[in-house]
Amino acid sequence: MNARLPARALRTLALALATGAAATAMADDENKRMNIDHPVYRSECGSCHIAFPPALLGANSWRAMMAGLDKHFGSDASLDAETAATITKFLVANAGRRDTTGSDGNPQLRISDTPWFRKEHRDGHDGITPGVFRSEAVKSAANCAACHRDAGQGDYSERNIRIPKNGARS
Amino acid sequence: MRNHSLQMLLGAAALIASGFASAETPADFLARYETEARQSSPSFSASAERGEKFFTNTHGGEWSCSTCHTKNPTVRGKHASTGKAIEPMAPGANPERFASTRSVEKWFGRNCKDVLGRTCTPGEKADVVAWLMISPR
Ligand code: HEC
Ligand code: HEC
Ligand code: HEC
Repeated sequence: MNARLPARALRTLALALATGAAATAMADDENKRMNIDHPVYRSECGSCHIAFPPALLGANSWRAMMAGLDKHFGSDASLDAETAATITKFLVANAGRRDTTGSDGNPQLRISDTPWFRKEHRDGHDGITPGVFRSEAVKSAANCAACHRDAGQGDYSERNIRIPKNGARS
Repeated sequence: MRNHSLQMLLGAAALIASGFASAETPADFLARYETEARQSSPSFSASAERGEKFFTNTHGGEWSCSTCHTKNPTVRGKHASTGKAIEPMAPGANPERFASTRSVEKWFGRNCKDVLGRTCTPGEKADVVAWLMISPR
């Protein structure tokens, strides 16, 4: 269903979501699909975890991440230069408009560390309980698909959220 | 039994290697890694048994190959830090395995560094492929 929406509308929505500015647009849950539609990106950056939506980090964060793939959150995710350049281009072109530089002056590399994410996923908000992210069923805030069932397809619609039952126990 | 099937595989590998060098099959990888290994130890012969041991043991670090790929290469694994499902490693259970040099070399490179802190030797790679090729037994 979502797939039939015009690409431009999706992109606009994705951007709106990322900047956290358009509260009105976000009230429409049907359309919370974020652009991850790039085959190379999806296969290379979707092998160890789901392909995260580029709109959820600023361009500076993506550039910094792509410059350090050999030491990527404790894993070696290195790529040949040509593939890395292709992916960087896609990420930067679809990055969120909001700058995601951290308070220490360095670009934030985790979506789950950004103020937008923390606010949207704060305790008590829509069923999120203390400790849910550390629970056995979720393990990490980066495990978006533990709750957003179709995150692998870029779908973050509210109707596709299921917080794991044992999520509260950590 | 095990030796017999391995011999057959090696035969197939040799055939393929001589016939069409560009073929991307598990047997092709086995033949290639064996050839490379023989450059430093001429009597090298891949061993599925060694491959299994290599794959399922840790090597001084926290992870073994099995931490993500499980000890049974015919079932789905799970990424140790992200929880994402990983399709089975045995070509007999997952025909997409050992079909592309680009993918195989990329992942041997990354995963060996994460598990061993160094690249895998051609002999280690040959052993692992030999083991994965005879699974399920
Ligand atoms: C070899 C495995 C691997 C590959 C390939 C990989 N990653 Fe990761 N990535 C990880 C791990 C492990 C984490 C940390 C997960 C955790 O803490 O739960 C991570 C975390 C991330 C995060 C932070 C998630 C958050 O908000 O907490 C982003 C963003 C990310 N990766 C982007 C990428 C991009 C872009 C690529 C492609 C260039 C990529 N990854 C390829 C293993 C990988
Ligand atoms: C523990 C469960 C859980 C995890 C894990 C999780 N989320 Fe969420 N997410 C939620 C809940 C609950 C909401 C709130 C839905 C609402 O706004 O009513 C939400 C909302 C969202 C929204 C919609 C915001 C809006 O405007 O409504 C996006 C986009 C999102 N999450 C992205 C992510 C990403 C990306 C990840 C992984 C890096 C992630 N989430 C991980 C539970 C989770
Ligand atoms: C931290 C998790 C993790 C560990 C540990 C790990 N792997 Fe992997 N491996 C992966 C992921 C993720 C993939 C790519 C996803 C896929 O191909 O389904 C992969 C793919 C591979 C491939 C690619 C096969 C192909 O046909 O493309 C090979 C070969 C491989 N791993 C070998 C190993 C070996 C050997 C070890 C131990 C030295 C090991 N792996 C340890 C996560 C891991």
